[in-house]
Amino acid sequence: MSEVLLHACGISLGYPREQGWHSVLEDFDLQLAPGEVITILGPSGVGKSSLLRVLAGLQQPRSGSVSLLGEPLQGPHPRLAVAFQDPSLLPWLSLESNVAFGLDFARQPKLAASERRARIDQAIEAVGLQHAREQYPAQLSGGMAQRTALARCLARQPQVLLLDEPFGALDEVTRADMQQLLLQLIARHNTAAILITHDIDEALLLSDRVLLLGNHPARTLGQWHIDLPQPREQQVEELGALRIDILKTLRRASRTPEPDSQPMPLPPETAHVPGRLHSHSS
Amino acid sequence: MGKHAVHGALGVAGLFGLLLLWWLGVQLFGATDGLSARFSPQATFSSLIELLGQAEVYEHIWVSLKRILIGLLLALLIGVPLGLLVGSYRHLEAATTPAFQFLRMISPLSWMPVVVMLMGVGDQPIYFLLAFAALWPILLNTAAGVRQLDPRWLQLSRSLSATRWETLCKVIIHGVIGHVLTGVRLAIGILWIVLVPCEMLGVSAGLGYFILDTRDRLAYSELMAMVLLIGVLGFMLDALARGLHRRWVHA
Repeated sequence: MSEVLLHACGISLGYPREQGWHSVLEDFDLQLAPGEVITILGPSGVGKSSLLRVLAGLQQPRSGSVSLLGEPLQGPHPRLAVAFQDPSLLPWLSLESNVAFGLDFARQPKLAASERRARIDQAIEAVGLQHAREQYPAQLSGGMAQRTALARCLARQPQVLLLDEPFGALDEVTRADMQQLLLQLIARHNTAAILITHDIDEALLLSDRVLLLGNHPARTLGQWHIDLPQPREQQVEELGALRIDILKTLRRASRTPEPDSQPMPLPPETAHVPGRLHSHSS
Repeated sequence: MGKHAVHGALGVAGLFGLLLLWWLGVQLFGATDGLSARFSPQATFSSLIELLGQAEVYEHIWVSLKRILIGLLLALLIGVPLGLLVGSYRHLEAATTPAFQFLRMISPLSWMPVVVMLMGVGDQPIYFLLAFAALWPILLNTAAGVRQLDPRWLQLSRSLSATRWETLCKVIIHGVIGHVLTGVRLAIGILWIVLVPCEMLGVSAGLGYFILDTRDRLAYSELMAMVLLIGVLGFMLDALARGLHRRWVHA
């Protein structure tokens, strides 16, 4: 095993109920290598967002542990950047100030003024918003706001980027643009990323590895390595086969009445099954 | 734009209606050459013009406005930090709300004798009473502002490893300014109402003092002119506060 950036081990999530505990997710393991892009895929309600909050140090799991570069993660870490479902821009700050927000916080690494300036400029340029740097969030479109949120993450030059369905609220075209932008940025900065999504196509297009969550309480139903080069849109056959395989795994799991007694299906490390890429219909 | 113009015109018409009622009241219920004639709009307006030509009245206005400003500043200095605290901690809120509601419902003027006994006559008891009157709307609105903060902003600041102090300075305070300004607007309304009776006690300047002074001089048309002036100044202060609030909320 090569170097591990982020290591999650035996994570369980749940919430207390009147009697006992309602378990949402059990026994989640993950190892993120430098430069790797992992997608955590799963239907709504399997605790994906909570899981991301745990990986970001924003929430404690019911059990299990997360470590970053071998150190246990005690809380939010300067090496980790999180992009939420919502851009979460501060309405009283201009786009530029929103991108810069947090750079000079006491727990962030100290930056010289020139370095700070350069990082903000680069981040804004990377997401193509130089023309709008003086604008306020109320004046930005949904796509621009999400780009700004991404730039805010980039300016911190994180080693790990955690993304919680960041393009969920965008229209198809903007979404495709943002996906391409994300891939470029990850490649350029050699950032590792964990992306939460419920969209199989997004997972197939973006990631090196897909982790599928499902069932109640949720578990990892399988994982797929995708070693296809970018851009992937042209490799319809291979992606289609993977897509069918993922859907089958999900269906098989949802038919299982008692999840605890079912051994996890072990999918092949890298699947190349002939097939066609279907439009998202499930 | 058209709607604004219509509303403005209706407002002006309402003010003229008020003037008409005033005139009618004096005409119907007063004897034409008796004491009541001195309360008529005609006498009042001529007195007002005369008063505005003298330096004295401006001094009284300035003194009163200064007291309002100091009372408001004191209330802000105490009310905003206290409101931030109360809004941040549920237990503190539960512990203080009944006490605040109790204190809020005591007219500040009822403290006047106590305050004068403790602080003596002069400006100090007035500052205290004004600050006490303005404190509640500012405190309660600030606390409400903290409770209504967008949780996503707080999550963002946590994810950026912000310290408590950074979250307070960079997120919470900015997020509640709109609410604080609402509190300030309500406070100005209350301050202006409380100011006049406060100034009727142990001071030798200010609009409230001047009202009593005109009464003692039997200058009733001047008294009415002062009443009118107090109304106009209060109206302008409120418009100012509203403008400030609107400016911030739009930005």
